[in-house]
Amino acid sequence: MSKNSSYWSANLRLVALCLAIWFVVSYLFGIILVEPLNSIQLGGYKLGFWFAQQGSIYVFVALIFFYANRMGKLDKEHDVHEDDD
Amino acid sequence: MTLQTMTYLVVGFTFAIYIGIAIWARAGTTKDFYVAGGGVNPIANGMATAADWMSAASFISMAGLIAFMGYGGSVFLMGWTGGYVLLAMLLAPYLRKFGKFTVPEFIGDRYYSKAARIVAVICLIIASVTYVIGQMKGIGVAFSRFLEVDYNVGLSIGMGIVFIYAVMGGMKGITYTQIAQYCVLILAYTIPAIFISLNLTGNPIPQLGLGSTMAGTDVFLLDRLDQVLRDLGFLEYTTNVRLSLTNMFMYTLSLMIGTAGLPHVIIRFFTVPKVKDARSSAGWALVFIAILYTTAPSVAAMARLNLVETINLPSGEQMVYDERPDWIRNWEATGLLAFEDKNGDGEIVYSADAETNEMTKVDRDIMVLANPEIANLPNWVIALVAAGGLAAALSTAAGLLLAISSAISHDLLKGVFKPEITEKQELLASRIAMAGAILVAGYLGFNPPDFAAGTVALAFGLAASSIFPALMMGIFYKRMNKEGAIAGMVAGIGVTLFYVFQHKGIMFIQSTSYLGDMSPNWFLGIEPNAFGAVGAIVNFAVAFAVAKMTAAPPQEIMDLVEHIRVPSGAGAASSH
Repeated sequence: MSKNSSYWSANLRLVALCLAIWFVVSYLFGIILVEPLNSIQLGGYKLGFWFAQQGSIYVFVALIFFYANRMGKLDKEHDVHEDDD
Repeated sequence: MTLQTMTYLVVGFTFAIYIGIAIWARAGTTKDFYVAGGGVNPIANGMATAADWMSAASFISMAGLIAFMGYGGSVFLMGWTGGYVLLAMLLAPYLRKFGKFTVPEFIGDRYYSKAARIVAVICLIIASVTYVIGQMKGIGVAFSRFLEVDYNVGLSIGMGIVFIYAVMGGMKGITYTQIAQYCVLILAYTIPAIFISLNLTGNPIPQLGLGSTMAGTDVFLLDRLDQVLRDLGFLEYTTNVRLSLTNMFMYTLSLMIGTAGLPHVIIRFFTVPKVKDARSSAGWALVFIAILYTTAPSVAAMARLNLVETINLPSGEQMVYDERPDWIRNWEATGLLAFEDKNGDGEIVYSADAETNEMTKVDRDIMVLANPEIANLPNWVIALVAAGGLAAALSTAAGLLLAISSAISHDLLKGVFKPEITEKQELLASRIAMAGAILVAGYLGFNPPDFAAGTVALAFGLAASSIFPALMMGIFYKRMNKEGAIAGMVAGIGVTLFYVFQHKGIMFIQSTSYLGDMSPNWFLGIEPNAFGAVGAIVNFAVAFAVAKMTAAPPQEIMDLVEHIRVPSGAGAASSH
């Protein structure tokens, strides 16, 4: 069980990191800090507005693939991966 | 060729494809029927999930909502995409490892309780039925608007098509039709957007066009839009907050948690071969969704600017009513757009001031539906938009109907009332349940209840306040027991329903509302549609408190949780 519990805590740390980024790009940059960020321009976009309507979605996509990739490695490191058939 | 003939041809062609797939992908076993045999490629499943998820509302209405809300519309963009992050990291891989057919089945097994399973079935059915009414209406409206057939005839044709592939093929037929439907709807959405972006900014990529300068000038498109709206007395597009930042925060959170908790989305991840496929498949689903969701804000802003500048010309003149463009004439005929020349000067004024505003009606859905005509695109593009709207509504309806019918045949019939039925009998029962669900959904489409409009928000509220917390705690908190889970679900739903009914009336009957639906009455200024997140918090809190005070779950349940936390030893989804 200790093999599995170190796998599980590594997983929880990874999820916590990903959800922190998830929170920052949407709730923090897109909503809470939208006004100060709007004073910065990204091309024709106000930055806060860009995070709310474009940027957060791109980051969400990248986060899921990052998570899937890192979990694939964790599965192998802790020898809990599925059989490759 | 006339537009009418073209539309019949394009829509007829897509329907022929769906029926062809239905004949090819017939279900031979309950496993085919519930989880498409369990061997769907993760990218293909991502595409099917995207079609399943993006409904008539995403396709037809969302850009229009954003066009009139500006920045405030961001709650839908972030809320309806961010849930996939939660799904990929907190639910999908573990539920796939669990390897059963339905969401209530997990809740029933994890909480060793038929009562918990029945509570989950009830939540699932309420959430899915309220959602499916909207799709049925979308099918009827799309038919009547584009093919000029009667609403009821259109709805019957749509039901017939779903009937063929959903009853014959179950999840297997639905999955492969959804892939075809995704292709149709994404082409129909992006082609007009590309041309509009090209017209306005010279940039063919709408996501970049929105951040570009107007063609031939050095003024940014969004600055121009802010400017013209300010001049007309409207709030600025890019800073127009929806009620308050607290409300936007809670609304976004409710939509995200609700998305992750909607059963018809979760069950799509039972169809992939492996746990690691469930993770990557959620990523692919969001890629395919993001193509539409990052295009939508461009469509919204550009369509709003086009609309304003058609009426209040950039030269400072007003549109002369008798010289209005053809697309305005066409949409006036549908009643979705209306003008009243109040001062009788033959010119039309669009303004935030209700006294002088002469565009008296502008339906938000026009923002997407009229796009091809505004951009002067050929008839086949308009026909494609019709097929796209129908694809979006049909694919979501089919996914919801499968969630409903499998809850009835697998959870209620096989799981609770008649466990002794054979595989063959269950397959027959699932087909009958599907046929019944289609008829009920169709009936509600023909006779939409008065409260239909308010209930889609209820679907998200219920999923957020009941299903999501129960699933998440089942995976991440081994000590959670049946008493805690059931008390949490009941409390979460209770608080959410209480708040919604308090402001919108019991069962949405206005006169029974005892606190007016206005912001001074709202708890922390949170609108009822955004209350699912509060319900979820109540669910978590009550569940923890009750679990602490009652006995720990049995050892075999603890072992089950250990088992679903690791990918190895998964095997395919199975009924036992």
